[in-house]
Amino acid sequence: MDRQAGGAKLKMTSATFDRLRLQQFASDLNATHAEFIDEDRLEEWAELFVSNCTYRVIARENFDRNLTLAAIFCDSRGMLLDRIVSLRKANIFPVHNYRHILGPTRIVSERGLTVTAQTNYVVLMTRTDGHTTIYNSGKYIDEIECDEDQSRFISKIAVFDTNVMDTMMVRPI
Amino acid sequence: MVETALKDKVASETTGTAGYRVPYRVFTDPAYYRREQEQIFQGETWSFVALEAEVPEAGDFKSTFIGETPVIVTRASDGRVHVMVNRCAHRGAMVCREVRGNRPNLECVYHQWAYDLEGNLVGVPFRRGLKGQGGMPSDFDMKQHGLKKLRAGSVDGLVFATFSETVEPLTDFLGPIVVEQIARIMCKPIKVLGDQRQKVHGNWKLYAENTRDPYHASLLHLFHNTFGLYRSTQTGKSVMDASKRHSLLYSIAASNDDASDKKAYGDSRTFDTEFKLQDMSLLKGRQEFDDGVSLVILAVFPNLVLQQIQNTLAVRQIVTQGTNAFELVWTHFGYADDDAEMQSIRQKQANLIGPAGLISMEDGEAVEIVQRSIIGENDATSYIAMGGGSPDDADHLVTEGAIIGFWHNYEKLVGYEFNS
Repeated sequence: MDRQAGGAKLKMTSATFDRLRLQQFASDLNATHAEFIDEDRLEEWAELFVSNCTYRVIARENFDRNLTLAAIFCDSRGMLLDRIVSLRKANIFPVHNYRHILGPTRIVSERGLTVTAQTNYVVLMTRTDGHTTIYNSGKYIDEIECDEDQSRFISKIAVFDTNVMDTMMVRPI
Repeated sequence: MVETALKDKVASETTGTAGYRVPYRVFTDPAYYRREQEQIFQGETWSFVALEAEVPEAGDFKSTFIGETPVIVTRASDGRVHVMVNRCAHRGAMVCREVRGNRPNLECVYHQWAYDLEGNLVGVPFRRGLKGQGGMPSDFDMKQHGLKKLRAGSVDGLVFATFSETVEPLTDFLGPIVVEQIARIMCKPIKVLGDQRQKVHGNWKLYAENTRDPYHASLLHLFHNTFGLYRSTQTGKSVMDASKRHSLLYSIAASNDDASDKKAYGDSRTFDTEFKLQDMSLLKGRQEFDDGVSLVILAVFPNLVLQQIQNTLAVRQIVTQGTNAFELVWTHFGYADDDAEMQSIRQKQANLIGPAGLISMEDGEAVEIVQRSIIGENDATSYIAMGGGSPDDADHLVTEGAIIGFWHNYEKLVGYEFNS
């Protein structure tokens, strides 16, 4: 692909193209993750993970100290689904909506079609009083298996800066 | 207005109608909150401030709160834990601005007044003046200007502190039941697994009620009931110390009998035989205690809950933030000698507790739905009578006696009627 602007030529190498492709897969997967959670399509959200995935939501104050205590820790898609069924059928929690706002997804490293990617996020929450507040803010560190048809998370860690959780957390971040 | 609550109580005593009534205004009226700060948190009580394991090495510090007062907990070079108010003796600046760390001394950023880890003032810039000018008065005595020190005490690795010079010794304040229960869980060296902080929009005393309440535990929390982690049908007890300010609630999961428990609970939403987990590894556990007790909720007045739920071990510290909010600081721990399997068990079971806990999250909602409904109520009261309506111990789990015990203690310490 060539582009001419003011006389200079911009050529995309195939390496750059491959990089952009992976970045697009990773970015798209995160956008879909956010959308499925925000729209309460949680059962479909779980399908974005490989079956022996790891999903961890952990406070920065623990992550930075290399401590293992996470607010949410799942090491299988089954555990993700159990959390979702729990939200649907078991847990008592205030009515709320989430809205994710994501920063750009940056590929940190790649090994073939598996990438490590980082994305900043903010989750805004609106409860029945109608006020929208910043509920949780942090970064995702993902390992993603990229694929033309369906990329999936091998692992996702949400390291959140918001060390004080407002009331509770029932929904994935 | 204040008389109404007392009248209700007197009426129930004379008419023989059992039950205790708490006036809702104690959860919303700033006058009670202020009096609690004086009479409870600054008064004749010991407040929990830290685990020794959070400040293991000399120079380690942690900043936290007793009531609303910011305090610093340090491990000094004498190897002992010290607690002091986090406020410079000069003009009131916060000295320690980090949550935790390690420092050889404490230094106020404003004028570089320096304190040792016991809170003694050891450095004042320009004390003798600069180039022959200024300086502190000749009678300035550094020993008079240290950080305000609290009395600190430690029981099996739990550090408490008090502002009072006259409160009973710590182990007397706790009493034999609490001391024994602390010793049971803190039986060997622990390892801190991490912290979680939960801001709940409700009065702190609603959480004090919640943690003294075996009645709610199987009716609010589906995970407790359905998976047999806790049912009010279990073998267990609800007991208090002599002052009725502390409460021990314990139960034995092995005493479950699913068939008869199901019958007892009938159609209860929280006993849901249809609710099954795809991945049961969440609940995999190991019996750690010879007594077979699988759940302990030890509520230590005023600001601590020490808990064992299956293999999760934690302290929960209540930090008051006005009438309508408190922060719950959860510090989860295991034992230093946990093998890899036990570490993994605790890591998975941690999904049950804390602010995202499949069990514990719901207490946040329970507290908030009370706070929202009682706003503005000057005369209305609650009605507490499960188990008989008196502040009595029970050798079963179908009671609210320990909640009433808490209020009896509150009446003595704070009162429902006072000149504000």
